[in-house]
Amino acid sequence: MTTTPGEPGLLDHANWTVRPSAAHRGLDRAVAVVVWSVAAAITLVFAWLVGSIVWRGAGEISWGYLTGPVLDAGRGGGIGPVLVSTLLILLVCLAVSVPLGLGTAILLAEFSPRQNRFGRLVRRSLDVLAGVPSIVFGLFGNAFFCVWLGMGFSIVSGGLTLACMVLPILIRATEEGFRSVPDEYRLAAAALGMSRTAAIRHLLLPAAVPGLVVGLVLGIGRALAETAALIFTSGYVTRMPESLWDSGRSLSIHIFDLSMNVAGGNDRAHAAALVLIVLLLALNGAASWMAHRWLHRQVMTA
Amino acid sequence: MPVIWNGLSVAFAVLVLCCGIACTPGASSSQAENTNGSQLSGRLTLTGSSTIAPLMAEIGRAFEAQHPDVRIDVQTGGSSRGIADARSGLADIGMVSRALKEDEQDLQPFPVAKDGICIIVHHDNPVRELTDEQIVAIYTGSIDNWKDVGGSDGEITVVNKAQGRSTLELFLHYFHLNNTDVAADVVIGDNEQGIKTVAGNPQAIGYVSIGTAEFDAGQGVPIALLPIGGIPAGTAAVAEGRFPLSRPLNLVTREEPTGLAATFIEFARSPDVHDLIRRQSFVPLAE
Amino acid sequence: MIVLVIVAFLVRESLPAWRSVGLARFVTDASWHPAPDASEGTFNLLPMIVGTLLTTAGAVLVAGPLGIASALFCRYYAPPMLARPYRMMIELLAGIPSVVYGFWGLVVLVPIIAGIAQPGASLLAGILILSLMILPTIALVADAAIGSVPQESLQAAAALGLSRWGTMAGVVLPAARSGLLTAVILATMRALGETMAVLMVCGNVVQLPGSLFAPVRTLTANIALEMAYAMGDHRSALFVSGLLLMGLVTLLVAAAEIASRTRPSHRQA
Repeated sequence: MTTTPGEPGLLDHANWTVRPSAAHRGLDRAVAVVVWSVAAAITLVFAWLVGSIVWRGAGEISWGYLTGPVLDAGRGGGIGPVLVSTLLILLVCLAVSVPLGLGTAILLAEFSPRQNRFGRLVRRSLDVLAGVPSIVFGLFGNAFFCVWLGMGFSIVSGGLTLACMVLPILIRATEEGFRSVPDEYRLAAAALGMSRTAAIRHLLLPAAVPGLVVGLVLGIGRALAETAALIFTSGYVTRMPESLWDSGRSLSIHIFDLSMNVAGGNDRAHAAALVLIVLLLALNGAASWMAHRWLHRQVMTA
Repeated sequence: MPVIWNGLSVAFAVLVLCCGIACTPGASSSQAENTNGSQLSGRLTLTGSSTIAPLMAEIGRAFEAQHPDVRIDVQTGGSSRGIADARSGLADIGMVSRALKEDEQDLQPFPVAKDGICIIVHHDNPVRELTDEQIVAIYTGSIDNWKDVGGSDGEITVVNKAQGRSTLELFLHYFHLNNTDVAADVVIGDNEQGIKTVAGNPQAIGYVSIGTAEFDAGQGVPIALLPIGGIPAGTAAVAEGRFPLSRPLNLVTREEPTGLAATFIEFARSPDVHDLIRRQSFVPLAE
Repeated sequence: MIVLVIVAFLVRESLPAWRSVGLARFVTDASWHPAPDASEGTFNLLPMIVGTLLTTAGAVLVAGPLGIASALFCRYYAPPMLARPYRMMIELLAGIPSVVYGFWGLVVLVPIIAGIAQPGASLLAGILILSLMILPTIALVADAAIGSVPQESLQAAAALGLSRWGTMAGVVLPAARSGLLTAVILATMRALGETMAVLMVCGNVVQLPGSLFAPVRTLTANIALEMAYAMGDHRSALFVSGLLLMGLVTLLVAAAEIASRTRPSHRQA
């Protein structure tokens, strides 16, 4: 049983029947003031930050901007190729990490009881992996994918490096999703004589989808915002990529270059940042929506 | 079953990787070119200075427009990276934003444009001229207040560039300093970071590429360019060859370039791209 | 699995540095002025290690209480109409890429700090920007943790006549402790690994900061600045610093593990 935010809960004034002492009331009020001011301060800073992005960048955005080629080192034209590269990198990343992540999560959740040594080792190394700084991933990605495996600066290198970064988040969240499925489901499946595989596929997987989606959203969020890891792996090129082996810069690298390297690129940088934020919002929203719909359908028809 | 699934996905990933290795173009480009007449094809990889990178990306685009089967890939990493990659063959052409040093004479330089380095201060700073000795003193920390050089009272914030940047090396070379002598308050990476730092701080002093500074100042960014040795800073002075802190922007190759690389380098040095050079606020070579 | 590959790789790349520079030199050399040949350069990592630790610790100290306060606000203080948009705002903040934070920090925050004390790009700027970046993480995870405190505890507190603050301090926060700890650990890991934003606002001078307003360089920013052109022993030294970062992360994870295992059982007040 949890409190739902916004609903009158037990700690709201309307529900108090016993009056605390005056000293407590004073402290209460002081704390309330502090908490409200914190929230207000955060909102203010947020408004400042996003406001400045919207104000400086919104003017540049148009359909042509979103689809046009990159001209004049980014100061003219649009970000079409950059968007395509970014999405391709994301696709490669997901294509590799989702099956791998799902598989590992199932392995961990269903086949290794929590205290199992193997499970703990894997889980701990995943935690470490999740905490590794992005620049280290960039180093690793460059030396391993680009040089050692010979893929060079390419979307594939970038996508694979990102997959390494996103994998731990995905696995953890999905595993949590699986664990939160009550055991009754599994017992019922066993009682019905379903094979393990069938049980997983038809029963547990759909029920664990929210966890998977959360992991996906978090992972995509992290992937899209990545700069340091990609600058050495998928590179700097602004041309529309023709294959996955082409180099192509991601949106965050574009923002970085425009704001730090190209003269007069500020407004463009803001516009690109705005696009990135909107993209993130859209992906988040789509993921949540998908989760709800899928969950509904599965639960209804299971 | 999940074990099989997991094994399958790992196998799948490995398969993808293998396919990749098998048909990857390779870290160093394969110049599979056929130069029958005007139909050039192939891929060139350029790495190096982040100063030149936007310019080369533009020139590359113009070249690709003329030769639709060619791909020019530009990557960054700094001038030293450009030299290293050109030497090792990881890049076909290196981009180096300075003249080659004595121990780099094994490479062939091809200047494509000129640029300069100028000292910038905040627009509101009354100091408008500094002698070379004053600049050295400021950067080594012996002078640390603006009033000692004719400005208002205030601590000088020294902005230096990070190691490995050719802007830094040129600066040190001209003023006969070692990087260990410099007492910096802020260390920055790329040009615009330096400009933003100085523009946000009335007590800062820094040095950046002249073209970038000139462009930004023209756009209203609150910086002022200081003359060096009495010569006013600006692309005009660089173009006339009078400005002491000038530098060539070089493309370097390991051996005498042939085929696609040669054609591209020739294009990059032709009058066709002078417009592009000017738009990136650099100075084209003598017309 | 993958962790082992990465670690092995990092170790292999840092080996030359270990051999030619030697462990002691990383701490005792005069400064950080690396060169491809170990005998020519100096390789003191200590100021940057301190820089990393200070920025991270500072950010967590600032963002921790603020994040928890924010979560408390969302769950208990905000009227229904406000709570949902507020949480959405926090989720949005969590998604803003670090380049944007760094950019904003450089253009807005650093000049403000410069007005107080030069040079502006400083430890303080780094701490502030980092705390802004990890605040949403702490707030969201804390929010979930606080939300899962069972109703019975709250009912018990009300029955006992505890004031609002008393309830929060005495019942809610302790009950949500493990979740809050997770939040702080996650945030610390993110702060530790942040590269772009600190690169833009911290000043990047390799020194032990004398005050909050002094510029610092973190290990991550150092790798970002120098990796592209570092060669030979210099490159290995950078990999050593990368290994160091991974070591710090591993320590943190271990600490989290220990903390969650020795959590005292929930005592009935």
